[in-house]
Amino acid sequence: MNLLSTRALAKSFGENRAVNSVDFVVRQGEVLSLIGSNGAGKTTLVNLVSGLYRPDSGSIVFEERDVTRQSSYERIKAGIARSFQLVNLFDQLSCLDNVALSVFSREGKTLNFATLASRDSAVWEEAQGVLRQFGLDSKAAIPAGAISHGERKLLDVAVAYALRPKLLFLDEPTSGVSTREKAPIMDIVSAIVRAGRITVVIIEHDMDIVFRYSERIVVMHQGAILADGTPDEIRRNDEVTTTLIGTHVTGEPAIESENHAGR
Amino acid sequence: MQKHRSLLRTLAWAVPVAIALTAAPHVVGPFQTLTLLYGLVFGIAVLGFNLLLGYTGLLSFGHSAYFGAGAYTVAFMVKYFKIASMELFLAGSVLVSVIISLLFGVVCVRYTKIFFGILTLALSQVLWSLAFKFFWVTGGTDGLRIPTPSLLGAPPGADKMEFLTFQYYYYVLAIFTVCVIVMWVIVHSPFGKALQAIRDNETRAEFIGIRIRRYRLIAFVVSGAFAGVAGALWAPLNGLATPDVLVWTFSGEIVFMAVLGGFNSFIGPIVGAVAFTYLKTYAVGFTVYWQLLLGTVLVVLVLALPKGIMGMVELLVAKVRRPR
Amino acid sequence: MEFLVIHGLNALLYSSVLFLIAGGLSLIYGVMRIINLAHGNLYAIGAFVTAWTIGTASAAGAPNAVLLLLLPTGAIVAAAVGAILEPTLLRPFYKRPEEYQLLVTFGLLMVLEDLIHLVWGPNPLSAGRVYENFGSITIGGARYPAYNLAVIAVGIIAALFLWAFIYRTRFGIVLRATSQNMRMASALGVNVNRIYIQAFTIGCFMAGLGGAIVVPGQSAVLGMGVDALILSFVVVVIGGLGSLEGAFAGALIVGLVREAGVALFPEVELAVLYLIAAIVLFVRPAGLFGRA
Repeated sequence: MNLLSTRALAKSFGENRAVNSVDFVVRQGEVLSLIGSNGAGKTTLVNLVSGLYRPDSGSIVFEERDVTRQSSYERIKAGIARSFQLVNLFDQLSCLDNVALSVFSREGKTLNFATLASRDSAVWEEAQGVLRQFGLDSKAAIPAGAISHGERKLLDVAVAYALRPKLLFLDEPTSGVSTREKAPIMDIVSAIVRAGRITVVIIEHDMDIVFRYSERIVVMHQGAILADGTPDEIRRNDEVTTTLIGTHVTGEPAIESENHAGR
Repeated sequence: MQKHRSLLRTLAWAVPVAIALTAAPHVVGPFQTLTLLYGLVFGIAVLGFNLLLGYTGLLSFGHSAYFGAGAYTVAFMVKYFKIASMELFLAGSVLVSVIISLLFGVVCVRYTKIFFGILTLALSQVLWSLAFKFFWVTGGTDGLRIPTPSLLGAPPGADKMEFLTFQYYYYVLAIFTVCVIVMWVIVHSPFGKALQAIRDNETRAEFIGIRIRRYRLIAFVVSGAFAGVAGALWAPLNGLATPDVLVWTFSGEIVFMAVLGGFNSFIGPIVGAVAFTYLKTYAVGFTVYWQLLLGTVLVVLVLALPKGIMGMVELLVAKVRRPR
Repeated sequence: MEFLVIHGLNALLYSSVLFLIAGGLSLIYGVMRIINLAHGNLYAIGAFVTAWTIGTASAAGAPNAVLLLLLPTGAIVAAAVGAILEPTLLRPFYKRPEEYQLLVTFGLLMVLEDLIHLVWGPNPLSAGRVYENFGSITIGGARYPAYNLAVIAVGIIAALFLWAFIYRTRFGIVLRATSQNMRMASALGVNVNRIYIQAFTIGCFMAGLGGAIVVPGQSAVLGMGVDALILSFVVVVIGGLGSLEGAFAGALIVGLVREAGVALFPEVELAVLYLIAAIVLFVRPAGLFGRA
């Protein structure tokens, strides 16, 4: 069943049609990658669905309910969560606090001002458990601002995951991370979402990651969807490789074309 | 084990301080006791102020509005309703300061940082100008007199000084203690954590499902209520309510007290309030250019010692521990 | 008719001065993204310096022409103060959280307020001679001080000059580029530090000029700085922060409303202004011309 579908969704910034009448569908339980060159509209699309931006036109349906007019708060309560490309964490609070806040919020406990947070052991146990799943439990007491970049990217995902969402958007979960750290991060994330049966949409630029971890790939270009299929189908799609080759995709095509030119 | 250690550490300084505060009127002279009394009253105000600054990341330059509202409520209750009960004064002041901080807060919390700061400043100046202009109601610059109130039904004795430095002192100390406990629970509650999240990253807070405007407004109103309580306690102490209690320079003193004590810690604001009250009492005798001194120290503090007195204390404590 | 002419011109007069102050504030914000809470005190410094120089000169018997030449002294001193303040007290805070910026400029506000008190004493200073020497003109059946018309003229000229400066000169282009994207401008070789100090100095000059031209008509008093800050804040809320057109429009609106208030309901004049500012904030948070 379609967990999320958009119909003719559009958003412009001045002259720039960032998202141009997009029909985007996410099916329950799948792991989907959203790729495209810079400016293709991937982050804008995620911002529209998560509620950061209001669309100019079109509709968004989540779990068969129209959420187009809903605030980001309502969408989060409905089960949509996201991580951020530029890490957004509570830097002065500990890693454990960061995750615990998601749990408190999910449980509707954040308006409790008359009870001590430390007494709610259920929340803290769950938060500790999440940190352990993400391999961050040794950093539990350390402020989020003080851990390494790769760990911050993981924590950013963990904070979103702790909301126990039905649909999770990961905006470039490995950007800025060294190549050898990427796969371990994605291994952790992928194992967790599969175990939790969470539907995930990943925005990624690294094609190795994309082809290795996704079941389905949606390619965007200049605000519209260019292609949509399994990794094999996309790999064989000439239009996709031509459009994406302008920016670096993998090392090989660039070398091949150089060879052609040299010959 | 950790929890016990930190509890012991807290008790190590909290118990002597509590004993000192309780014993003060019997040990030191009336002038000292009065200064301490003013310090405790301002301590309540700055404690409330810091819920906004230290915990929610909102810097208000207009807190004199809620303090002044509390003070003038007492004055009006005396003048127009002939009330003399401190409990009624407190109830009235809390009510009025909550209403005003709600009204002002609804406008101010839609903004952050600069806009928030100037809006709070501007709104408190409006209140000040109203107190000034409607002098037939507020007594203008002459102010309104506030006689000594009855505490828990018991009328004050004939000796005002005796009353202030004993009965009133312990009354204020009790309320101060209650305020400290209430604020401590608030900042350590899930709500307090949510405020800190909003302070650190409002986007992320929004995206874990926290409605930041609502939470900021609640913090604003609680903060205003604390200032109102302080204003009510201050009124009988000062004996007179004038527009000076609403003017922006007084808001500046509240800000200064928080920065002086260290706004990153829980007790920093209280330490700052008491320290400032002592400093002011002695410095005002030296110079009429009080603003100049205050402003310079504030600039120096922000440049060199942004964590204030408590920051310095933390550094010293860390240095002492390190050789282990 | 006389009523309208007099009050209308008074409104324009007020708007002129407000435009200078708020325009300076907006310019600084537009380029540097900072708000100097002590900006109003630079207006006050302009007023006090000019009042003092003109007062001293006219007591010494200086002729009218000299007095006129001395008018801009306030603006120049304000600009100099700004040029000293930016690199010493503001630059250390650009990379720090905004609260510290606000705190340091607030401290500055207190320091400057008392410095004015220290230097010039608690009594108001005026440069009334200049005002009187201008005499009055009859317009639409009413006698109106000619000096006020001169102030209105200064305001309009300043607006035109600034507009030309920012939109028609090379410096203006660099200024606008830096305000839109500081990093990019820096990468292109722009000396951002120099731009900042220049923009700040211009902004302070404008505020000082506002004080300088206002002081023949009304005395320089302690506390005028904070009042000016708050009023110019209302102007930029209505007009939009960072926009010169916004400062112009906002100044006109505030000038008109205030004059109407003063003529009809003096007590609530400030409250009415705030009501308008609050409405604008609710309906169009970025202001009439502001970019969010």
